[in-house]
Amino acid sequence: MTRLGLMASAFRRHRLRLLLTAMSIVVAFLLFSYLVAIRKAFQMGVDVAGADRMMVRHSVSIIQSLPTSYEAEIERVPGVVDATPLSWFGGIYQDPKNFIAQFPVKPEEYLAMYPEFRLSPEQKAAWLRTRTGAIVGRTIADKYHWKIGDRIPIQATVWRPKGGGATWEFELVGIYDGAEKETDTTQFLFRQDFFEENKQFGQGRIGWYAIRIKDPARAAEVAKAIDQQFVNSPAATKTETEGAMAQSFADQVGNIGAIVTAILGAVFFIILVVVGNTMAQGVRERTQEIGVLKAVGFTNGEVLALVLGESMLLAGVAGGFGLAVGWLLVSQGDPTNGFLPIFFFPPEDLVLGIALVLGLGLFSGLLPALQAMRLRTVDALRRG
Amino acid sequence: MMQPVSSLSRSAGTAGLAEADASSTLARLRGVEKQFRRGAEAVQVLRGLDLDLRRGEFLALMGPSGSGKSTLLNLLAGLDRPSAGSVEVAGQRIDQLSAGALARWRARHVGLIFQFYNLLPVLSAAKNVELPLLLAPLSRAQRKAQVATAMALVELEHRAKHLPRQLSGGEQQRVGIARAIVTDPTLILADEPTGDLDRKTGDGILDLMQALNAEHGKTIVMVTHDPHAAARATRILHMVDGQLSTEMDA
Repeated sequence: MTRLGLMASAFRRHRLRLLLTAMSIVVAFLLFSYLVAIRKAFQMGVDVAGADRMMVRHSVSIIQSLPTSYEAEIERVPGVVDATPLSWFGGIYQDPKNFIAQFPVKPEEYLAMYPEFRLSPEQKAAWLRTRTGAIVGRTIADKYHWKIGDRIPIQATVWRPKGGGATWEFELVGIYDGAEKETDTTQFLFRQDFFEENKQFGQGRIGWYAIRIKDPARAAEVAKAIDQQFVNSPAATKTETEGAMAQSFADQVGNIGAIVTAILGAVFFIILVVVGNTMAQGVRERTQEIGVLKAVGFTNGEVLALVLGESMLLAGVAGGFGLAVGWLLVSQGDPTNGFLPIFFFPPEDLVLGIALVLGLGLFSGLLPALQAMRLRTVDALRRG
Repeated sequence: MMQPVSSLSRSAGTAGLAEADASSTLARLRGVEKQFRRGAEAVQVLRGLDLDLRRGEFLALMGPSGSGKSTLLNLLAGLDRPSAGSVEVAGQRIDQLSAGALARWRARHVGLIFQFYNLLPVLSAAKNVELPLLLAPLSRAQRKAQVATAMALVELEHRAKHLPRQLSGGEQQRVGIARAIVTDPTLILADEPTGDLDRKTGDGILDLMQALNAEHGKTIVMVTHDPHAAARATRILHMVDGQLSTEMDA
């Protein structure tokens, strides 16, 4: 027997209670795994936002359109390197549950604006040759088993085609990969010129502009200059950094970070109480045994370490298992069928998870351990 | 022969003390007092007690409940400290040791046998016996060998892997004895070791303790209410109201 074995032997006492406590810890860490992945999914746009990219949208809201003529005017503003239009298409592939973000874009400008989208030169050339061509991110290509050459029908919800019906048919000419893990590889991109020619209404209008600026330090100045330029036009603009726009988009759902933190705080407080209660009950039931340990020569410090070790062992094994299973489940990908395009267990949150495991073990065991340490040997032996 | 000695609490322990060879005196208690507080009331349990415990003797402490027998045993074991006076065991003033040092001293010098065995229910007999050895700088193999020796001494090798609940009362007490002797302590202290056992089983335990004393030279102090058990000791001391009152060589 070792001291670790002695520590672990305490768990053989009330197996059902141990199992229930361990399960509650496992569930807490499963929840933690999902919540941090969800938080990351909502933060994704903010995190990956280019420092030198800004967005120009209608001053009222992003669903108000802007004229296509603004592109050239924006590019003339000092400090702006390039501007490219984007629009929200909002079509459906097969089933409304299959959420895919679709954007009509200008291929060359778009790929230059977003170099983190990696497309092979051959596929890029094919996209430039093919007016009905579309490219998709690797994640959804894999999800729907699409391959180059496939014809993909998308049902319009807003932008119906001129030819009648609601179906737009695109030819898949490319599949892009992300430069980083956080890069969104769930987009469906098709040509702006094809969209412009074939949509039933809204000609000459786009959703918003992505722009690149020379000096990120002068972003506020450039934004002011752009907005000033259109202040008296029918479509006044609001220019903000890509990160700020992504943040305000995420904030439409709510302050996800605060919500996740609040839920996790409540969950871990409850778990702390549950595990602390289990440990305290265990120490109370073993008062006499703790007396025996002290009687045979265990010091107060060793008894403290033994009880703290028990809680660390319980939190470590159950919490570690919960984190591992959570990581595995989260690795299976977005559970919402496309609403959370980037869904993974952030490595920095794994470190936080490990810290929570250790903290849970330490704080849940601290009071019972102190209680055990302070027991007078003769009193403990007598209480049996 | 039991002697009525009112002041023998001093003379009981100190009888022959002057002549006693320092090496033959294992424990020396002088002017020991112990006071407890029960609410606002102070309870004097030991009153200026002197005692000399000879190396290799088997001492039985008898007396009515509340006379201070167990308190005296606790002081000898270093489980408690006197309110006044000194407790010296094997030349060391244990009443002056820090809590940590006292725990270490217990691990090295004391083997305790309890009335209700006090075995850890989730550990096998062998692991219960091994418990004090976890504090010693021994390899796993050395610990195993010492456990085997102790289990053999109490004739329970065949029950080594059994949990306490799978053992009879007598067997559990044998495991308790094995745990007490496994570190080869200087002093074995037993608090009513046969108090929870029937006469026959109790006799077996007393045989074992007698053998430890007679054949292995172990110094034993046993608290008991039972004159039959006390008769196995080499010396009997009676306690009344916190003082040693009579001495009888068995």
